[in-house]
Amino acid sequence: MTDHQGEFDSVTGRSTTGHEWDGIKELNTPLPRWWVITFYLTIVWAIGYWIVYPAWPLISSNTRGVLGYSSRADVAVELANLDRIRGDKMVALGAASLADIEKDPALLALARAKGKTVFGDNCAPCHGSGAAGAKGFPNLNDDDWLWGGTLDQIMQTIQFGARSGHAKTHEGQMLAFGKDGVLKPDEIVTVANYVRSLSGLPTRNGYDAAKGEKIFTDNCVACHGDGGKGNQELGAPNLTDKIWLYGSDEATLIETIANGRAGVMPSWEGRLDPATIKAMAVYVHSLGGGK
Amino acid sequence: MNKTVNPKDLTSDDDNGPLYVARKKVYPQSVQGTFRRIKWGLMAFCLGVYYFLPFVRWNRGLGAPSQAVLIDLPNSRFYFFFIELWPQEVYYFTGLLIVAAVALFLMNSVGGRIWCGYLCPQTVWTDLFYAVERFFEGDRRERMRKDKSAGALTPKRLSEIVLKHATWLMIAWWTGGAWVLYFNDAPTLVKQLLTFQAPVIAYIWIGILTATTYVLAGFMREQVCTYMCPWPRIQAALTDEWALNVTYRYDRGEKRTSVKKAAELRALGEHVGDCVDCYQCVAVCPTGIDIRNGPQLECIQCGLCIDACDNVMTKIGRPKRLIGYDNDINIQRRQEGKAPIYRIVRPRTMAYSAIIAAVGGIMVYVLATRTLLDINVLHDRNPVAVRLSDGSIRNAYTARLLNKSGHDRVIAIDIDGPVNSTIHVVGADSVTPDRPMIVIPRDSTSELRLLVTAPAEGNPEKSIPVRFRVTDIGLGEAASTTDNFVAP
Repeated sequence: MTDHQGEFDSVTGRSTTGHEWDGIKELNTPLPRWWVITFYLTIVWAIGYWIVYPAWPLISSNTRGVLGYSSRADVAVELANLDRIRGDKMVALGAASLADIEKDPALLALARAKGKTVFGDNCAPCHGSGAAGAKGFPNLNDDDWLWGGTLDQIMQTIQFGARSGHAKTHEGQMLAFGKDGVLKPDEIVTVANYVRSLSGLPTRNGYDAAKGEKIFTDNCVACHGDGGKGNQELGAPNLTDKIWLYGSDEATLIETIANGRAGVMPSWEGRLDPATIKAMAVYVHSLGGGK
Repeated sequence: MNKTVNPKDLTSDDDNGPLYVARKKVYPQSVQGTFRRIKWGLMAFCLGVYYFLPFVRWNRGLGAPSQAVLIDLPNSRFYFFFIELWPQEVYYFTGLLIVAAVALFLMNSVGGRIWCGYLCPQTVWTDLFYAVERFFEGDRRERMRKDKSAGALTPKRLSEIVLKHATWLMIAWWTGGAWVLYFNDAPTLVKQLLTFQAPVIAYIWIGILTATTYVLAGFMREQVCTYMCPWPRIQAALTDEWALNVTYRYDRGEKRTSVKKAAELRALGEHVGDCVDCYQCVAVCPTGIDIRNGPQLECIQCGLCIDACDNVMTKIGRPKRLIGYDNDINIQRRQEGKAPIYRIVRPRTMAYSAIIAAVGGIMVYVLATRTLLDINVLHDRNPVAVRLSDGSIRNAYTARLLNKSGHDRVIAIDIDGPVNSTIHVVGADSVTPDRPMIVIPRDSTSELRLLVTAPAEGNPEKSIPVRFRVTDIGLGEAASTTDNFVAP
């Protein structure tokens, strides 16, 4: 700022800028030179930055910058590095058999860690973060398995899913006995009470056990087996144990029998690489429900 | 109201001047005497420990580092002779810091700033740098003369300057070099450094510490103590009237007169002080103060003025220790004609000693009784409990087993929990039923998944405590921890 000629403040003896507000005049106190130089340098730096790095938004993209730098490319490089670092271990995981992984503490630790992460990303929305399940979505911590709980069976279910549309998927269906008119409403109530009796649950007063057993034998044993022990080939649940996927109360059972059930487990083959699926099978098995 | 003030009449707030007083360079003179010898000795000891400790070997067996003192950052281990600390044991350093702080207080209450004068790295390295400077450029007067005639750069003067800075830089470089040796196997790293194959970070750290040593000890010197260090401020608040500080005994020194005049006056039977105003105490002072002005912030109490004054007193035939370790109480007492008293044992020093002994004792006890086998358990939260198809209840836990010893161990895991409960460990072998065993490699941790199942009969109805015990089946060493078994 230039000095206003001839104007000097009487107290400090400094020149003023000539600006005056309500009788108060502004002293001419320039910024320190180093500060001004730094300020101009930052402007120069910004211009350099615009040229070197991506900066200005255009209509559909942005200026690329002469270095061709992009943070997305940086991430890709970092991920490639990560894969390289983990490469050997994941290859070892892919090559080992499921049983071998369970016996090798190092591979087991790796599979559990990897499996836990991937489970959180892909499986937790339905099965819960700790695999505790929910109504209609099996609890993977318990020992009741629709499609089998050995390492190989778990891996197969993860790979191909159930009713997933994959060529090798598990197929099996709980028919809608009421909706399709196979059983009459009173028959459904009777058989529902019979099913409750299979696992020792109390039944409705005055229900006809013999009739229930007959209906069960005629319609249900084909899938659920004699005595309702279930069939893992068909994904037919064991009706004699204490674990119920949809619930064991009479109303729920009536609904199940009347309308059928067909829960879907997606197929993960192709979406996750084989080593990762293996890690997940080991992780799920280690949750404690595996046979 | 409208009276004009003449700017010249204003004396306060002259904001055109600098905010600080420019440094007056200090030219400490060499001196000989008791305290100088103590300083040389302590300097040799401290620097010897610092520079050579990384090369001391300590055999810990195969696969473990054989360096006596090593901070192994990549593996998160700290080795100190027979002690090996894991990351979760860093609280030992808390104890060490408490002991160090209270030791500083104790030193202060006994003998003032002993730390500053004799042991502080800033003092030790600055002292060494002064010795180098004196060796190449001569003593106080010579250096002052040379600095004044800075324009005349003769080849001899130039070589002095170059040699001084080269020696400084070499010392600084070695200081940085020794630092990084504490973080890696010393002989290996030395070899790598010499063949330029060491990790970049090593060179960076050597560079940083070379620069800081060179700048702090070569140029900033006493300014670090005066402006950067908080201890002089804290010390002033912690000191008391009994602490022995480097003191000018003004009761004996005043009035100051020349040697000749003092002799004449004494002959007449008049009282004269012993101080002859020779300024030797000022000349030798590394912080450039006059101790005769009483205790002051800049004084690091190195005792060199005591040596300087003693030498003069000997020469003029007066008793030594006109400047010496003393306190205000004694000056008062002497003026009143009483004998001085020195009291090192008093409540303050007793309290500090007790704290040091207590914290040190706790540390030794904890160190002596710490186990090399440990277990930590975390209960599964989601789900907290699972009902199995036969009606039994199972809880899952994630356990971390620590084997801090130098050999692999076979560990058996037992539980003491719900009636008839069983434990299963994923991936473990069971030799006897319900007693899983697992091998944990030496110096490592293993994460295990524990499944505890309580049978349907006699199911616990509420949360009950469960104890996990791990036993080294070879040595019998055991550790245990508790958690809860939760019913759904």
